[in-house]
Amino acid sequence: MLKTFKGGMHIPDHKDNTNKIPIRKIDGAPVHIFPLSQHIGAVSVPKVAVGDLVKIGDVLADSDAFVSAPVHSSVSGKVIDIKPYFHPSGNKVTAIFVENDFKYEVSENITPYDLNSMTKEEIVKAIRNSGVVGMGGAGFPTHIKLSPPKEKKITHLIVNAAECEPYLTSDHRRLLEQGEKVVKGLKICLSLFDLPKGYIGIEANKPDAIEALKALNDEKIEIVPLKTKYPQGSEKHLIKAVSGREVPSGALPADVGAIVMNVDTAYQIAETFETGMPLISRIITVGGDAVKEPCNLEVRLGTPFKFVFENAGGFVKEPKKVLNGGPMMGIAQYSLEVPTIKTTSAMLAFSETEKVYDPDLPCIRCGKCTQHCPMRLMPLYLSKYSKENNLEMCEKYHILDCIECGLCSYQCPAMQGLVQNIRIGKQKVAEQRRKKQ
Amino acid sequence: MSKLTVSSSPHIKAKETISSIMLDVIIALLPASFAGIYFFGWRALAVILTSVAACVLSEFVYEKAMKKPISVRDLSAVVTGLLLALNLPVTIPLWMVVLGAVFAIVIVKQLYGGLGKNFVNPALAARCFMVISWASFMTAFVNPTGIDAVSTATPLAVIKGVSEGTLPTLSQAFWGAKAGCIGETSGAMLLLGFLYLLIKRVIDFRTPVLYIATFALFIYLFGENNIGTSQEYFTLLHILTGGLLLGAIFMATDYVTTPTTHLGRIIFGIGCGFITFAIRKFGSYTEGVSFAILLMNLVSPIIERFTIVKPFGEVRKNG
Repeated sequence: MLKTFKGGMHIPDHKDNTNKIPIRKIDGAPVHIFPLSQHIGAVSVPKVAVGDLVKIGDVLADSDAFVSAPVHSSVSGKVIDIKPYFHPSGNKVTAIFVENDFKYEVSENITPYDLNSMTKEEIVKAIRNSGVVGMGGAGFPTHIKLSPPKEKKITHLIVNAAECEPYLTSDHRRLLEQGEKVVKGLKICLSLFDLPKGYIGIEANKPDAIEALKALNDEKIEIVPLKTKYPQGSEKHLIKAVSGREVPSGALPADVGAIVMNVDTAYQIAETFETGMPLISRIITVGGDAVKEPCNLEVRLGTPFKFVFENAGGFVKEPKKVLNGGPMMGIAQYSLEVPTIKTTSAMLAFSETEKVYDPDLPCIRCGKCTQHCPMRLMPLYLSKYSKENNLEMCEKYHILDCIECGLCSYQCPAMQGLVQNIRIGKQKVAEQRRKKQ
Repeated sequence: MSKLTVSSSPHIKAKETISSIMLDVIIALLPASFAGIYFFGWRALAVILTSVAACVLSEFVYEKAMKKPISVRDLSAVVTGLLLALNLPVTIPLWMVVLGAVFAIVIVKQLYGGLGKNFVNPALAARCFMVISWASFMTAFVNPTGIDAVSTATPLAVIKGVSEGTLPTLSQAFWGAKAGCIGETSGAMLLLGFLYLLIKRVIDFRTPVLYIATFALFIYLFGENNIGTSQEYFTLLHILTGGLLLGAIFMATDYVTTPTTHLGRIIFGIGCGFITFAIRKFGSYTEGVSFAILLMNLVSPIIERFTIVKPFGEVRKNG
């Protein structure tokens, strides 16, 4: 029996275009752009100045704040500018511009770690210094996840290989080609908590990757095949499927003894200790009907979207919508000049803008949003009360529990723009709570 | 390069729309409609067409007059027209059909704000309006023999003992060929529509199943059986005659006027079943489906309020 959660919905996955093609490494962008914020938490501060020469792996920016992560250069060359610039989130964020000298010289500071001689604290510190964050989209610094409060007993370390967003196959390819290293990363984390076993939760639509992982025959790793259903890769729903536990409203995974990390994150942890190399590249699924040759590319961070698309054969149709991430939760871009950041799991370009919202249609109370909602909320009421600015009722219907997976809007026959309204309501409720405190 | 569209996620949409759902309901009603035409003759088709046309036209005219966006394309008015026709006797004068249709669309649906805002089922409310206005026409049922219609009693009236007449056999009641409204005649065709709606996931099985089960339980235990058959036969006859299947499958599942939660739908179904039983047993009417559903429509906002779903993580069964 495949494990899963209640609710959710199967969405056509569009993964066939890219899941058979091996990962290809690209480089050669003349200028790399590194926003100071590529994670949740404090914005990093530049540690270099215009005119400085940097090499691969050199720290460009860092912060003393606990919840933060450093940013490293992915190329060698000269720092030519530091100024606010387009960011895939849609905001403008200060970024460091490095002119690529095409020599790809690695910094002298990069040396492998000797894991056996390191304490747990040193291991976590090394993870922090390598700039690793949750690479599935949220960008939560990994060292924070790995340092839960002492009283929380961690029992389930789970690698999130569900990859439930349509089009995305980067995790799939990574597991197929470098599954051993992902397992290695997970095992390093297991050692931090002295756990006998870790889990890899993976949707059943990746049978070859499941086989490859099982063939590793590692008794410390349990492969958990999951039902192919959106949003199986949501942190809370993965934990539910793997451990049977529900993260209580407002609580963190650690409260039920679970820590979840992305496939690329686990891979990067292994990479860090093997070679000393911090996070400087990631795998990106390039797809959508406007792209000539959909594929998975290993891309150096800071590479502009435009350059990545050119390396996928360019466009066959004029793109009308470009996304950072998948079609369910990805962020629409207004420029192709934005750079690849740590959380860019996909770059999708579409020649059509699908209509998802129609203000002229009424809610017909079909109740399907409620039945599909993975958080078991009632989106029709949350949306209505958000629009009416009725924050009291928004709270009564648990608006802050919404994970914004977008399923309600996706399936709504009346195109009510449910999650879009709920997002606005959530912000208002959160703001009101802050004011009260 | 042209400008890129920036909008809030999600960026894709499932194909299902209001009109595709309404179309599915229409398709599901076709077998029962054909059965009605087959057993009651071409006049049944005239009633159906009149009702549908009057519903669509009155919606169009009203929206045009009120300068509202024209919504007839969503097909909801077609569904209302079809349901109303299937709830009428074949002998009904067509001008009454037109008035009933206008009542359904203008008074019950549009005056409350149009689709999604009405609090009772338009077709059922219109049927009740017609029963009160033209009682003798609305209860003038004929045997399904075709053109030379002879007035007859409905099986329910015979069961109840308020009229003389012959009862249909169970097989007649199931396949068709019994006196009653146009759409009620064939249980088999209604169940075929039910199956289609379940496969297409248009409706929730909970409401109809609990409606019929609750009704069956009460009528089996407490129904007064004066027809000299076994209680099982009597119960089955009760289920298959009258508007129970039509109502349970197609009207107690109307999205707008029923609860949206699973638990709410269960309560709604049980309530309908009980009230239908109570009216058929204790009331002066032989039929109780319309009133049962309308009454439950009225309490459905309250049911909804007391059946708010418990969110993920509220149930603490973490070990």
